Amino acid sequence: MKLKKNIATSESGFVFNPSTGDSFSLNTIGAEILLQMKESKSSEEIKKDILNRYEVDDSLLEKDWDDFMAQLRDNNLLEF
Amino acid sequence: MAAPKKLCIAVTGLNAIDSPGPGIAVIRGIRDCKDWEVRIIGLSYESLEPGIYMHDVVDKTYQIPYPSAGSEALYNRLIQINEQEHIDVVIPNFDAELQNFIKIKNDLKKAGISSFLPSLAQLEARDKVNLFNFGKQHNLLVPADKIIYKPEDLKSILQQFGSPIVVKGKYYEAVVAYTLEQATKAFHKLQAKWGLPIIVQQFINGTEINIAALGDGKGNTISAVPMRKLYITDKGKAWAGITIEDKSLLDLAKHFISATKWSGGLELEIMRTTDGKPYIMEINPRFPAWIYLTAGAGQNQPEALVKMALGEEVEPFTEYEVGKIFIRYSWDLITNIEEFQKISAFGEL
Repeated sequence: MKLKKNIATSESGFVFNPSTGDSFSLNTIGAEILLQMKESKSSEEIKKDILNRYEVDDSLLEKDWDDFMAQLRDNNLLEF
Repeated sequence: MAAPKKLCIAVTGLNAIDSPGPGIAVIRGIRDCKDWEVRIIGLSYESLEPGIYMHDVVDKTYQIPYPSAGSEALYNRLIQINEQEHIDVVIPNFDAELQNFIKIKNDLKKAGISSFLPSLAQLEARDKVNLFNFGKQHNLLVPADKIIYKPEDLKSILQQFGSPIVVKGKYYEAVVAYTLEQATKAFHKLQAKWGLPIIVQQFINGTEINIAALGDGKGNTISAVPMRKLYITDKGKAWAGITIEDKSLLDLAKHFISATKWSGGLELEIMRTTDGKPYIMEINPRFPAWIYLTAGAGQNQPEALVKMALGEEVEPFTEYEVGKIFIRYSWDLITNIEEFQKISAFGEL
């Protein structure tokens, strides 16, 4: 899952899609994930990092990850 | 350092109601340019156009005759004003007055008043009543429409296009009608205000995006800035908007200007569907009311238009700032009855 190259993000969780003019607010973990995606880290690397730093089990992370990716896709933020 | 050039520029469209005219925005773009020292002459139709009383924006205002009075009446009034003001450039900003200004532009030029306007043929080609055929001719997506002169035609159109339909006035205003009753009411309202015919357009669902553009009359695009509406009033006007980055929209504007060799400012009103198709809903043959955003984003279209009107070569802009937002507000300007009396009684302030 790759973020479109022109998506602007900030550490505060503000996301701007310059192609559509849409903007979004992410919570803390969402903002962290997006910043790592902008650094071209793979899904596996990001999930491993989250598992190392937060108290969360694998199955919950997988479920939330899939939900989050679906939201990014539905809002035209991911590359095809 | 050379002193800045002194210019006198006359501008219409000083109203600022819920569907504001472009005049004040055009003036702001002109005043942003430091290449000249400018005197702005407002040209008004009504005594309560706010620009008349904005003395830090408009230096002096003169009333001009309504478009229905004809081009000769307009010419005579402008020549009369010119004797006092020595106007260098005139910029008309209303659809309804453009035909008259275009008809007299050569005569105005002889009197020293320059302009940068489309031709009558260009104006007519993109007129609402011709838009669908124009789109077909130039390979542009335009919603299907019907041009009607009586409300009885609405019933069959609703059956053909489905609900809702968009009932549009000859010059301005559009009403989305979900029922025959609503469509009929809109027909009568728009006919009373703007005359016939009425244009009934197929409703297209999508995101509203407008493009302000400037053509040099030779097929080149000097500027094109797309704006996505962030807040839309109940009249369908953008009350806030943001510049966006989309090469396909810039290509659309360039295609239009290249195909028509458009001369002057214009606005493309686009509805982009969820599958990315850009339908042209209207082509406005002048600057939009949000034109100052182009200056804010780095492509000052009013400035460029003035320069082209004066015969200067203007290089096409290549970049603009994406994510620049305009947010419109209303402001109570306080003036006094003496000013109102002067413009009402004497036609100048």
